[in-house]
Amino acid sequence: MSIDALPPGLLLITAALVLAVLKGAARKVLVLAAPLAVLAVVWSQPEGALLHVSFIGHTLVPVKVDALGRLFATIFLLMAAGGGLFALNQDRPAEVPAAFVYAGGAVGVALAGDLISLFVFWEIMAIASTLVLWSRDDDASRAAASRYVQVHLLGGVVLLAGIAAHVNATGSVAFTAMKPDSFGTWAILIGFLINAGAPPFSAWLPDAYPTATYSGTVFLSAFTTKTAVYVLIRGFPGAEILIPVGLWMVFYGIVYALLENDMRRILAYSIINQVGFMVTGIGIGSEMALNGAAAHAFTHIIYKALLLMAAGSVLYRTGKTKCTDLGGLFQSMPLTTLCGIVGALAISSFPWTSGFVSKSMVSQAAADSHLAWVWFGLTAASAGVFLHAGIKFPWFVFFQKDSGLRPADPPWNMKLAMVIFAALCIGIGLFPGALYALLPHAVDYQPYTAAHVIEMLQLLGFSGLAFFVLLPLMKRTLTITLDTDWLYRRLGPDLVGAIGKAVVNADRALRGRVMTALARLLEGVKATHGRHGLFARDLSSGAMAWTTVAVLGLFLAAFYS
Amino acid sequence: MSPEPHWLVRPKSIRLLWVGGIALLAVLVAMGAFIHPHAIFGIEGTFGFNAWYGFATCAAMVVGAKVLGWVLKRKDDYYEH
Repeated sequence: MSIDALPPGLLLITAALVLAVLKGAARKVLVLAAPLAVLAVVWSQPEGALLHVSFIGHTLVPVKVDALGRLFATIFLLMAAGGGLFALNQDRPAEVPAAFVYAGGAVGVALAGDLISLFVFWEIMAIASTLVLWSRDDDASRAAASRYVQVHLLGGVVLLAGIAAHVNATGSVAFTAMKPDSFGTWAILIGFLINAGAPPFSAWLPDAYPTATYSGTVFLSAFTTKTAVYVLIRGFPGAEILIPVGLWMVFYGIVYALLENDMRRILAYSIINQVGFMVTGIGIGSEMALNGAAAHAFTHIIYKALLLMAAGSVLYRTGKTKCTDLGGLFQSMPLTTLCGIVGALAISSFPWTSGFVSKSMVSQAAADSHLAWVWFGLTAASAGVFLHAGIKFPWFVFFQKDSGLRPADPPWNMKLAMVIFAALCIGIGLFPGALYALLPHAVDYQPYTAAHVIEMLQLLGFSGLAFFVLLPLMKRTLTITLDTDWLYRRLGPDLVGAIGKAVVNADRALRGRVMTALARLLEGVKATHGRHGLFARDLSSGAMAWTTVAVLGLFLAAFYS
Repeated sequence: MSPEPHWLVRPKSIRLLWVGGIALLAVLVAMGAFIHPHAIFGIEGTFGFNAWYGFATCAAMVVGAKVLGWVLKRKDDYYEH
């Protein structure tokens, strides 16, 4: 097998397994070198199906390179490298190896040419991401990881059922564009959407991700939802159902993030919000929209990781994640504050940042397709992103009231990772051509027109004004907001508890009645057959003898008389 | 005596930031008169559309979230019992 045909995903997974047994400097070198080396392999591979494997009568294509797959493999590997740098001083030994297996799974999905290879890498991601969660090793993360893995194994079962039905119906395992018009394709779509954080299964994400370590959440934010975006772009471009699903996700993310108190949960809700923009774009389905969804996934991974690195640095230094405990940190964490603000501007699509050049392609596609309600929805949501993430996150963590905490900026590796990702956010914003050249379709779009820049600045500026005018309505409280996970975290256990109690009570009542009946029966038997019972009296045998004698006597008297 | 607060959090600076911010918003709205947006739906090309639309939709989302919060908010140790 030549290097051309090596599966890059498996290369990273192999490196991760080596990493698990390495210690010291060698481990640190491999953490930084492995993702970049695999990235070089991806870029050395020509386009096309590079590897064929026979499996149960089908020809699998575990490595198939094209522009779309390479774009996602590239950002997954950049993310693994940046996350690895940020986590270089992470003392939980399993976390980074698990995160690299997880990233390898994501790269494997991005380059999988058939549905079976895709499924294998998909499940590797589910298991490895659970290990990333577990490596925090406390009660909350263990419980959240157990709920997380159950949702994803359920999603995996639905996906596998869909793949089996689809392969059975079409005779082909190839992963190409589909339409949701059969049981198989619907099940595949639902399996993909569960990983995207779509309703009604959005709650797994804000439930699980914020329970990981300060660096674990950075890795978790990148791979699962964005591989879901990738498979939706390739598998279901133009599936109209994705437009309302995506719009629901953008507003769900905003509203829940507005109500949230934990800084990492705010950012977790905003992942769903951002993925909603991408899912809407995929539903629109034009070349501009698909380019926009792909570009936005790329930029989103960078600025979301940056935001979670800033939040992770705060957690690392203070041990706190609740907005009610934080505030005023800008005074002692200037670099973290600055990088957090860059991430916040990028997620808000502020001009001259990466989010501006990617998200606006989706809005433009909605306008070009004359989808008025979609365009007005996305524009309102763009304002809402600034509200819930762009201002709310930096304001409540780094400014607002002074918490009195004076933590320092984090160690050099964490600072360097943040600076690199912040530079990427601004670099892509200033020079979007490099990103546009990587997109699956030719780009005919100019983000920087005077009208577009001024319109966006107006939208964001007045969103900011609304934030500060309405600040009294957004006072932080020590609360969470109920979501659909209430069904399996509260209603389910309560129902099982109530049913169990009813069964115990019924069982107890039934046993009680049987025991009473048995006791009565025994009393009756005792009354007749007991020591003093009718049938147990020794008197009766004497009486019988006397009666017999009397009868015989009478008989004799009658006979001889 | 407590040390002087950071310049950014002094009341005078905060007042200045409000004045500067509002002036900036006014300039942004005024600049809208000099651009020629390519309006597809009509209303989005009207003067000051993004300003009032951004403010109004954000206010609606904040109020909407507040109302939803009355129904769905619980103490943050809700699931621990």
